[in-house]
Amino acid sequence: MIRVSDVDKDLLEDDGERPRFWGRLRAGLGRTRSQLAAGVGNLLLGDKEIDDGVLEDLEASLLQTDVGIDATREIMQALTSRVKRKELNDTMALHTALATLLKEMLRPLEKTFSVAGKKPAVVFFVGVNGVGKTTTIGKLAKYLQDTGARVLLAAGDTFRAAAVEQLQRWGERNEVSVIAQPQGADSASVVYDAVESAKARNFDVVLADTAGRLQTNTNLMDELKKIKRVVNRLDPAAPHEVLLVLDAGVGQNALSQVEQFDEAVGVTGLIITKLDGTAKAGVIFAIARRFCQPVYFIGVGEHLEDLSPFNADSFVDALLAID
Amino acid sequence: MFEHLSERLIRTLRGISGKARLSEENVSAALRDVRMALLEADVALSVVKDFTEQVKIRALGQVVSSALNPGEAFIKIVHDQLVSVMGEANDALNLSTTPPAVILMAGLQGAGKTTTVAKLARLLKERHQKKVAVVSVDVYRPAAIEQLEVLADEVGAIFLPSNAQEEPLVIARRAVLEARRQFADVLLVDTAGRLAIDEKMMDEIKLLHGVLEPIETLFVVDAMTGQDAAITAKAFNDALDLTGVILAKADGDARGGAALSVRSITGKPIKFIGMGEKTDALEPFHPDRLASRILGMGDVLTLIEEAERKVDKKKAQKLARKIQQGKKFDLADFRDQLQQMDNMGGIGNMLEKMPGMSQLPAAAQSQVNEGMFEQMGTIIDSMTPNERRFPDVINGSRKQRIAKGSGTQIPDVNRLLKQHKQMQKMMKKVTKKGGMRKMMRGMQGMRQPAGFPR
Repeated sequence: MIRVSDVDKDLLEDDGERPRFWGRLRAGLGRTRSQLAAGVGNLLLGDKEIDDGVLEDLEASLLQTDVGIDATREIMQALTSRVKRKELNDTMALHTALATLLKEMLRPLEKTFSVAGKKPAVVFFVGVNGVGKTTTIGKLAKYLQDTGARVLLAAGDTFRAAAVEQLQRWGERNEVSVIAQPQGADSASVVYDAVESAKARNFDVVLADTAGRLQTNTNLMDELKKIKRVVNRLDPAAPHEVLLVLDAGVGQNALSQVEQFDEAVGVTGLIITKLDGTAKAGVIFAIARRFCQPVYFIGVGEHLEDLSPFNADSFVDALLAID
Repeated sequence: MFEHLSERLIRTLRGISGKARLSEENVSAALRDVRMALLEADVALSVVKDFTEQVKIRALGQVVSSALNPGEAFIKIVHDQLVSVMGEANDALNLSTTPPAVILMAGLQGAGKTTTVAKLARLLKERHQKKVAVVSVDVYRPAAIEQLEVLADEVGAIFLPSNAQEEPLVIARRAVLEARRQFADVLLVDTAGRLAIDEKMMDEIKLLHGVLEPIETLFVVDAMTGQDAAITAKAFNDALDLTGVILAKADGDARGGAALSVRSITGKPIKFIGMGEKTDALEPFHPDRLASRILGMGDVLTLIEEAERKVDKKKAQKLARKIQQGKKFDLADFRDQLQQMDNMGGIGNMLEKMPGMSQLPAAAQSQVNEGMFEQMGTIIDSMTPNERRFPDVINGSRKQRIAKGSGTQIPDVNRLLKQHKQMQKMMKKVTKKGGMRKMMRGMQGMRQPAGFPR
């Protein structure tokens, strides 16, 4: 097992050159791990027996990772019953069982993001304020371009000051066209224009930004429904994907976000951003229990290439540091 | 915000409020539920532990005051503990220094710093009559500076220009001089979002702090943050010696645990709370009132303050005179009333602050639909001035026109007219002799729910 300090040293040695993607994720999640591993790590010391104290520490670690009460209880029950049946005798076995369990929970969330065969594929980005929708669009545009797709961006966030400029800046960097109207314009009409233009100019994908909105704001959620309705007129199958962007730092409110956005416009997938900080995104275990939307991507930084497809094993391994 | 926490705590406390005696057993059982409620609300685990420990010590050592039964006493202890975790009273900004008073904003990416700068500028300008200048040293996020420029323009603050090719420190030095030259009372400095573990960026903000010598350093935190709120707040506090916290995006259904954690971990007061999309949606934070709200005891003080500030007094007085003179309460007056209600943040916002109202069944609450009031306003807007003054002239074909004009159905128009008739009747009763007194007596029946301390 790699200790946190080792990872940090790796990072330092990489000075000047940015560490590889998984390194960054692991370094980021390392802080998560240092939380989780504080419990698990102690368990591993000297082949200890599993007592109540050990289990309590583990429970605390899970809670501190935002796994949430229900999911934590479920995980703990599964582990405790196996301990009682003497299937898990030492802490090492407990650690392995935990990793297996966590991976099993997240595996259904794995799914490859593909927009092939729909021309143009229309992808909506939705979420609460400040989760990183615009930045993620920039990254995904690059990711899709690298696969050879022709990408068009729609600056649908016409509410926040300078959001249009922000997306245009991303567009310039990538040499991607951006369809935009001034701030205050109707965002449904921007997205409509973009889809129409993508059809005429033979683009493969339209990535549509939307203004951040709290899921409890009925008016703004209705606005989102309207964008969908309007785009529907051009292509009954559109939007082909509605991606909900979640901040890794979010707590149990994420469940309400998934639920409400799904109810409004039908969320087809999730993206988790900002995993390079101390935030843990443990709430995805709670999400996995209740919803069936896949996690397509995770983001670990502000650079264009800091976006990667979600992989359950790697995520949990980075979380628990099993190499 | 806080509904979930509030709901859970109220349920738990109701369980114990009937108990005749506080025993180790029933206190422990209640505390288990309190612990769950707090954890579900994303309060940091360490804070939860302290909280329940403190409540337990105080509950078991309780000298039962004669005014309260033991259950009530327990609720009072939880309330007091909530207040003590969140801070006793509102901490105002400290601006007493040689102008410009510099306020530095810090926080993670996407916490809401730029929006908060605009809101704070507006609040200082409108409620404290300050001349406010703003500057952005965010040279990283594309268009961050433009965002602040647009917002500054909107709220009427002086925007001190900067550009993404400059060094943040250079911008900061120039901004202070420029703010002084323009006789600004306050200079708000917006910074780039940064991770607490990003040493280079944390060094940068430490240097900025040194150059600016801010009198206030405010940490902006997203109300929806989970357990990470405590970790991040601590890191920023260690690096910068914060003077306060602003809780952003608190108008959603976030459970508000971040508020409890951040205050408890850093010991720094939450000074403001962001409650909406618009630039006027920033309120001073009153922990004592919030504690009452969490426990379902309402927050009448804030409601009164809001009414004072937001209700158009002239119009209200005019209406009162009109009614007293025995004139009819017409649809135009009705429209004004709806507007006033909207100014106060809508019926939902008002109900939330009324004692006991948070315990209304969810179904009943959803009946009070915000959209309903908006629709009523639209229907009245689609009438001619004459129709508003003399609603009796509205016949079938007029109804049809009004429904079309407002995008509603005829039954909606009928419902509005009926509601107006009812209000008219009520107004008549008020103006009759002794009518007001009778109505007030009726209202006294709506006292605080039993089992809650006053």
